[in-house]
Amino acid sequence: MRRYLGRKLLIYLLTFFVAVTIDWLIPRFMPGNPVDTMLARMALRADSAEVLRSYYIRAFKLDLPLWQQYLNFWAALFRGDLGISTWLFPQPVFQIIKRAVPYDLFLLLPAIILSWIAGNRVGAIAARVRWLDNTILPLGYILTASPYMWLAIVLAWALGNVAGIFPIAGAYGFGLRPHLSWLFIKDLLWHWFLPFSSLFLVMFGGWAIGMRNMIIYELESEYSRYLESLGTPQRLIRKYAFRNAMLPQITGLALQLGGIVAGALATEIVFAYPGIGYMILNAVQNQDYFLIQGCFLFIITGVLLANFIIDLVYIVVDPRTRLGMTGE
Amino acid sequence: MSLQVENLTVYYRTLRGDVQALENATFTIADGEIMGLAGESGCGKTTLGHSLIYLKPPMRFIEGRVTLDNEELPIWDMERMNEFRFKKISIIPQYAMNAMNPTRKIGKMTAEILESRKVSYKATLPELKRRLDLVELSHDVLNMYPIELSGGMKQRMVMVLSTLLNPSLLIADEITSALDVSTQKAVAEMLVGFRDRGFVKSLMVITHDISILYQIADSIMIMYAGQLAEKASTQVIIHNPRHPYTKMLIGSLPKVGVKHSKQRLAGIPGKPPLLLNPPVGCRFRERCPVAFDKCFDVPPFIEIEPGHFVACWKEFESNA
Repeated sequence: MRRYLGRKLLIYLLTFFVAVTIDWLIPRFMPGNPVDTMLARMALRADSAEVLRSYYIRAFKLDLPLWQQYLNFWAALFRGDLGISTWLFPQPVFQIIKRAVPYDLFLLLPAIILSWIAGNRVGAIAARVRWLDNTILPLGYILTASPYMWLAIVLAWALGNVAGIFPIAGAYGFGLRPHLSWLFIKDLLWHWFLPFSSLFLVMFGGWAIGMRNMIIYELESEYSRYLESLGTPQRLIRKYAFRNAMLPQITGLALQLGGIVAGALATEIVFAYPGIGYMILNAVQNQDYFLIQGCFLFIITGVLLANFIIDLVYIVVDPRTRLGMTGE
Repeated sequence: MSLQVENLTVYYRTLRGDVQALENATFTIADGEIMGLAGESGCGKTTLGHSLIYLKPPMRFIEGRVTLDNEELPIWDMERMNEFRFKKISIIPQYAMNAMNPTRKIGKMTAEILESRKVSYKATLPELKRRLDLVELSHDVLNMYPIELSGGMKQRMVMVLSTLLNPSLLIADEITSALDVSTQKAVAEMLVGFRDRGFVKSLMVITHDISILYQIADSIMIMYAGQLAEKASTQVIIHNPRHPYTKMLIGSLPKVGVKHSKQRLAGIPGKPPLLLNPPVGCRFRERCPVAFDKCFDVPPFIEIEPGHFVACWKEFESNA
């Protein structure tokens, strides 16, 4: 058991190291540099721009050789310092991420968990009710096959532009500042509904189809047939099938939850929703090395953590993994 | 009479029409009898075995009557059969190695199955343990998951589980096929032990391995292409078969003391007909060395000597 977890941990640490290195490397492959982009927005005279430029380059330590920048990056990382954003200069990257993450959680956590619960329930029922199967299955395929942003645009157009029921941009009205009051909370939910629905619907289709197919597979499996030939009531057979069909769904859920910190890039862009996804887009557009690094660092950590948690959960729910731990 | 089957006909529904897998089977199995059911692949022996307990689409019940201990079995009704399954008639399936839910401990699964059939697990537990001893399984298996057992252990566990409620008839479907020869013999002898101890009243052992039947069966029934060919005591089938198919089948078995490098092992020329559109009359006709005009009619399955049934016109003639 300890050896198994130790080895897993080692693999995760290695993955973390490689992923973070790539994360540091990739923004620096882009042509141009963050300081030029920053100065371009300032519209300065040419000579003062040159002065500012050399000042910023030194301030961000972009004049050092690459290997030294890389070492500095790791050193800063261990101090918990993610640097200063150039796009939202002079805010620290950590502050920006801290501000964005609640919106991601608020948007994605309910969307993922509710769609998972509803999808599994509906899929399991669809596996044995003919008319439900005939309606849910095609609908599920359409939903899961539609891209998030397409559905988001359709919803924004239909319920926002045409019907005018829901606002189509931002996390709250432009006339409001975040504070704790019913007015604000109502407005927040009002803005939340469309992005939430677009995510919920697409995910729901995927979960429902996955569950339906898994249940059918389990009901056709040999242990189900054996139970049937022993005259066991359908209730017990379905209970077993449901439990076994849940295993891959749990993996899927954990992977989704791990990606939660990545935000829902497309959805957040369509609705101008200020989560991590929206930040990434702006960071890339402004060549903001430090914000890109910071955002992806969060994603990497999230995905790895979620994977590690699944490994632990699987040990509990699937005895077959427990056996594999001693065998290797 | 423990089991009586009359005119049982079962087809498989396919897109291209009905596959006539079992045609007019009529036979009996006596109390305490171990009957072997043998024949080539696709001859309908598994269809016959399954139709008695688990007749589910694409299998289609056409006609027939099955009585077990003087009670008619509603084999065409999946729901009503539930009452009889496990308690009166039970099966050790071909896939015994995968028959148990992989994510439940065996003891817990057994408990849940028993409780679902309104049988108390607690009251059954001492008997269950006694039977585990009999098949040389440690009581610890109840605390294990199926994956922690070897193939042979799983098979024995399923044997115990299937017979736990002392059914009148047990169908053992190809249970030795996946085992190596030494285990085969042990498993076969356990089946006999189950009968001798009264765990099961009678047994139907489905196999294509006649040598196993020779060791354990009281009688053997031979099937060919969905029709019954011959049924007699084991000794008679092996040493004095009457149906030409049985003769050729037995003749194709290797014999002790014969060097097959010198003398080629005899086979049966030709291959079995497709049952989607089987030939009329006796289905063995096309491969039969003694076939004649009469064979275009289906031969009845007739008792020519006490306990010896044959379906062959030639035999009827030579007997008459």
